[in-house]
Amino acid sequence: MALGAVALGPLASLGSLLPRLHPSWLRYTSLMTSTLMSLLWLLSGALGLILVAAPAPNLAVGGIPLWQFRLDPLSAFFLVVLGVVGTASSLHAVGYFRQLGRTGLRRVLIPLPLFLSAMALLLLADNAYTFLVAWEGMALSSSYLILAQTQTIQARHAAYLYLLVAHLGALCLLAAFALLCHGNPLAGNDFSALTHEVLAPGLAQAVLLLTLLGFGAKLGMAPLHVWLPEAHPAAPSPVSALMSAAMLPMALYGLLRIDWQILPPEGVSWGLVWLALGLLTAGFGVLFSTLQRDLKRLLAYSSMENMGLILVALGLARLFVAEGSPTLAALALSAGLFQTLNHALFKGLLFLGSGSVFHSTGTVDMGRLGALIRSMPQTTLLMLIGCLAIAGLPPLNGFASEWMLLQAFLLAPQMASGTLQAILPLTAAGVVLVLALASFAIIKAFGLSFLGQPRSIYTAHEAGLWERFAMAFLALGCIFLGLFPGLAIHAISAVNVLLLPGNSLGIQQPWRLTPISPERASYVPGWFLIGIAVAILLTFLLVWWRFGRPLRRVPVWSCGFRGARTARMQDSPAGFSQSLLRIFQPIHHGRIQPDTASKELRVELADPFWVGLYEPLQRLALALSRQALRLQHGKISSYLLYAFLTLVVLLVLVR
Amino acid sequence: MQTLQVLVALAIAPLFSAWLQMLRALLQNRRPAGLGQGYRDLRRLFHKEAFLPEDSSWLFRFSPYILFGTKVMASTLVPILAVDLPLAPAADVIALVGLLAVARIFQVLAAMDTGTPFASLGAHREMLVSALAEPALLSAFFIASLLAGSTSLSTIVLHAQEGLFSLHPSMVFAAAAFFLVLLVENSRIPVDNPATHLELTMIHEAMLLEYSGRHLALLEWGAQLKLLLYVTIGIALFFPWGIADQFAPMAILLAGLALLIKLFLAAPILALVETLLAKKRLFRVPEFAATAFLFGVIGLLTHFMLGS
Amino acid sequence: MRPFLDLFSLLSILKFLAAWMLLLSFALLAQRRLLSLIHLLAWQGITLALSTAMVAVLTGDRLLWVSATLTLSLKGLLIPFLLHRLLRRLQVRGDVEMSLNVASVQLLGIVLVIFAFALAAPLAGSLPAATHGMLGIALAAFLLAFLMMITRRKAISEVVGFLAMDNALFFGATSATLGMPLIVELGIALDALIAFLILGVFFFHIRESFESLDLHWLEHLRENQ
Repeated sequence: MALGAVALGPLASLGSLLPRLHPSWLRYTSLMTSTLMSLLWLLSGALGLILVAAPAPNLAVGGIPLWQFRLDPLSAFFLVVLGVVGTASSLHAVGYFRQLGRTGLRRVLIPLPLFLSAMALLLLADNAYTFLVAWEGMALSSSYLILAQTQTIQARHAAYLYLLVAHLGALCLLAAFALLCHGNPLAGNDFSALTHEVLAPGLAQAVLLLTLLGFGAKLGMAPLHVWLPEAHPAAPSPVSALMSAAMLPMALYGLLRIDWQILPPEGVSWGLVWLALGLLTAGFGVLFSTLQRDLKRLLAYSSMENMGLILVALGLARLFVAEGSPTLAALALSAGLFQTLNHALFKGLLFLGSGSVFHSTGTVDMGRLGALIRSMPQTTLLMLIGCLAIAGLPPLNGFASEWMLLQAFLLAPQMASGTLQAILPLTAAGVVLVLALASFAIIKAFGLSFLGQPRSIYTAHEAGLWERFAMAFLALGCIFLGLFPGLAIHAISAVNVLLLPGNSLGIQQPWRLTPISPERASYVPGWFLIGIAVAILLTFLLVWWRFGRPLRRVPVWSCGFRGARTARMQDSPAGFSQSLLRIFQPIHHGRIQPDTASKELRVELADPFWVGLYEPLQRLALALSRQALRLQHGKISSYLLYAFLTLVVLLVLVR
Repeated sequence: MQTLQVLVALAIAPLFSAWLQMLRALLQNRRPAGLGQGYRDLRRLFHKEAFLPEDSSWLFRFSPYILFGTKVMASTLVPILAVDLPLAPAADVIALVGLLAVARIFQVLAAMDTGTPFASLGAHREMLVSALAEPALLSAFFIASLLAGSTSLSTIVLHAQEGLFSLHPSMVFAAAAFFLVLLVENSRIPVDNPATHLELTMIHEAMLLEYSGRHLALLEWGAQLKLLLYVTIGIALFFPWGIADQFAPMAILLAGLALLIKLFLAAPILALVETLLAKKRLFRVPEFAATAFLFGVIGLLTHFMLGS
Repeated sequence: MRPFLDLFSLLSILKFLAAWMLLLSFALLAQRRLLSLIHLLAWQGITLALSTAMVAVLTGDRLLWVSATLTLSLKGLLIPFLLHRLLRRLQVRGDVEMSLNVASVQLLGIVLVIFAFALAAPLAGSLPAATHGMLGIALAAFLLAFLMMITRRKAISEVVGFLAMDNALFFGATSATLGMPLIVELGIALDALIAFLILGVFFFHIRESFESLDLHWLEHLRENQ
């Protein structure tokens, strides 16, 4: 079923090429097809988690099985993620691209179904060839999508950088696969065969390193994250939602598939590496997200932070496996996977909401927004749910997965060595700090854009029906998973059984989370919500009954500054995070500079990795190529000399 | 049962704040206002008319109820009088911190909704300080739960009653961190002056500037309840003797008496701290919260590496 | 009510005092004002005296009571009082200047604490197992006091750091090894007092030459000036 849906993808994009179609007809059919595809994936993924499916038939080309597919619980889980985000983005896109003409639509609608199909193909791939083809397809189609809406210089730089980093990552992956299937590159590269092979330890380490680099580049892991903050804001919002909520987890899928299932985890070193890199990514991402002015850049850095947290969870699981407690490893793994699903829900919702904001006001610059709650009330409510979820507030879903991660830290067993004993509390403290700073960033985003007074003059209208429907779909998902986290954990247990043979967490009831035992830790979000709702209602009723009187609206007091108060006296984005800027100055070297054009103060920020790592590399590469220029004399005799020398060397080697 | 505990908490909260104010006045050579001042203030505010700013939204209007409701919910989770709480399986310490975070975030959002400069000043200062204080609180709770082997507050308190809880070295750091966080989260000196009238130095008060009448009464009562909750959590973690194990009437009476005595003794300590210290400059406040966080980290390290 | 007496087993009180000692050392590191530094030093001296008294009760060694009273009078009362008087006479004003900002110093402090804890177990090989943790804490307090000396500019705070180091050493000696010969203690205490007196004279000379107690003026005392 999922395969059939994959095939629909290229058909949809080909269909967009047909000339002389009315734009809205084109829009509806193409996007409805992609919605249908995503729904099918969602269903098949959910089914796949509940019943373990058999491998699908292979497509053989010329006697060698070139394309192989399989749906196992790991793929099924990520198919669910893809399906959820794909459905919402496609529905939102129907409303978002309302005003585009035929060429503009073609620019989006040709790559978009290909992008979705490539991701699904990646998940269903059962051999290295299919995997790599799907990976490349995903990167190429998404780079076209980045340029779909704006073709400014900045957007083109963003797409170029994205493609560059993606290809570097793909090279690492190619090398890793080459090492993995060193025996038989064409025949024996299907995953089940690879799982049963035993690699020499040196080779295994090399493969682990290469896959970490390759998948880390796609994940936005520091220091390979430089494309993330450029690409996400440039792309149109439904595409940003897809990239952030569905494409980044593809890298996690790859890590789990190759570095966990095919090469079983042993030894603490790689777990530590994942833990450290995850914490670095999360800390870096959250710090930069608090200092941003552009709403979509803030969300992009926040995606980086969430991916870092998930990587921390996965690294913790690896550590626990090495230390011999598979149950706790299952806990950490479930926490990470649950966080992936929740991230898809709330980050998708936030990106789609920012798209609606851009659509209706023309800007995502928080320094020019404000008071959208009056002109877009329903969008604001949906965005509020998303913001509360990402800030990790009970009883929504973000809190449930963070709760599980913290429980994994607290229930940690005694480690073998003293260094490990020191690392656990430090990482736990780091995670808690990251979570607190994340809520700062998201409250800044919501408060500055949606509340207060408008900071510039714009006309805003409520988002279209399609857009609201898509956002409501995701918001309902947030609330549902928040109230019934046990359902998700139960579904993830199938993945646990696959990756950690023979271990899973205790049977969960849908409405409560008790990972190990009720005495140690227990969380029932339903009672929570009921309790709070009852308390609020009782308070309201009692106060209204006893002291209730009609409320009068008066001009705001504002400490008596009534006449002179303008909307510009509110916090600007730079002002909101000024103190954080000062505290963390040694890390990011940002400053507040006056901007004479718009007469306000802005934060000037440069990515320290870019300045410290990439620019020197760039200079080195340029210097090396200048040296290589010396070989280019233009004289025919020297070129003949080069050919002669090469021939001699080869003859010597062949001997 | 549970409601009894909530009602007791609601009733005692203004009394405790009034007692604290009296001690501060006595230490500062002013005439104290009397123990009933808290109740008188609340009654006066409830009977006044409440206004809404012109451009504010439903967030502004309903935040006082949301805040009050969450704090009432929090008081059902803290073992004030008894350990055996029916809602204990629903939430543990992490959820309790999350609940307090919900209250804080809605207050910040309501402040930003008014669109005035002072309210947004207060809002971003509150978010900044809590971004550093919440990790400190969580790490203090982590130390307690690591020692007790559970994150459920009831189990932690039961464990604390049984033995050498407070004398573990890591608990010393947890206590120090918790005390500093109490000062930060409840806007006491040296972080924020609860009696200040200078808008530029406010953190907590700035967010309440536009509220009036019964909304302001709910917010004030909620703040007093929050202070009481923090003090009772501290008592439950570090001085838990006297808290009843189950809901027998005799044990509850004894627990109530013990609670009153402990609150009576706790207020002078708080008042002394407030009188002897001066309010810190705003840019030093994050350092204060960061010191609390670092105390928590050292406590965690002591537990993990020294095994105690 | 739970029985109170078995709560207060002496070893756990000792551990409690050890944690208090480390807390005070960290607070010394983070504190800016000179007056607060002296108060914290006094509290450290009192904690030290209490812990020596506990060890005296534990081991039954009579001489340790003498050393406890000595510590209380000397480190808890006399030296802080002298420092206070010195502060008033030298008319030193203002905050303490740090060569590094508070946040970095605190982070370095955490790293040192980890380092000291990691060293505790292998270092404390032959000592009774109950006191391993306390050796780690004493070492951590010592390193923190040393860090405090390094990162300060004013001379008075360096003296406070030196005395805190002395306190930490004392604590390690008495609590971790459960007692040490009185002669050694008296010797160390005398050394500290003499060093203190010499430093006091030194400060007067510095202030007369440079009219300030900022130590960076000492850099001017070089050959090629």
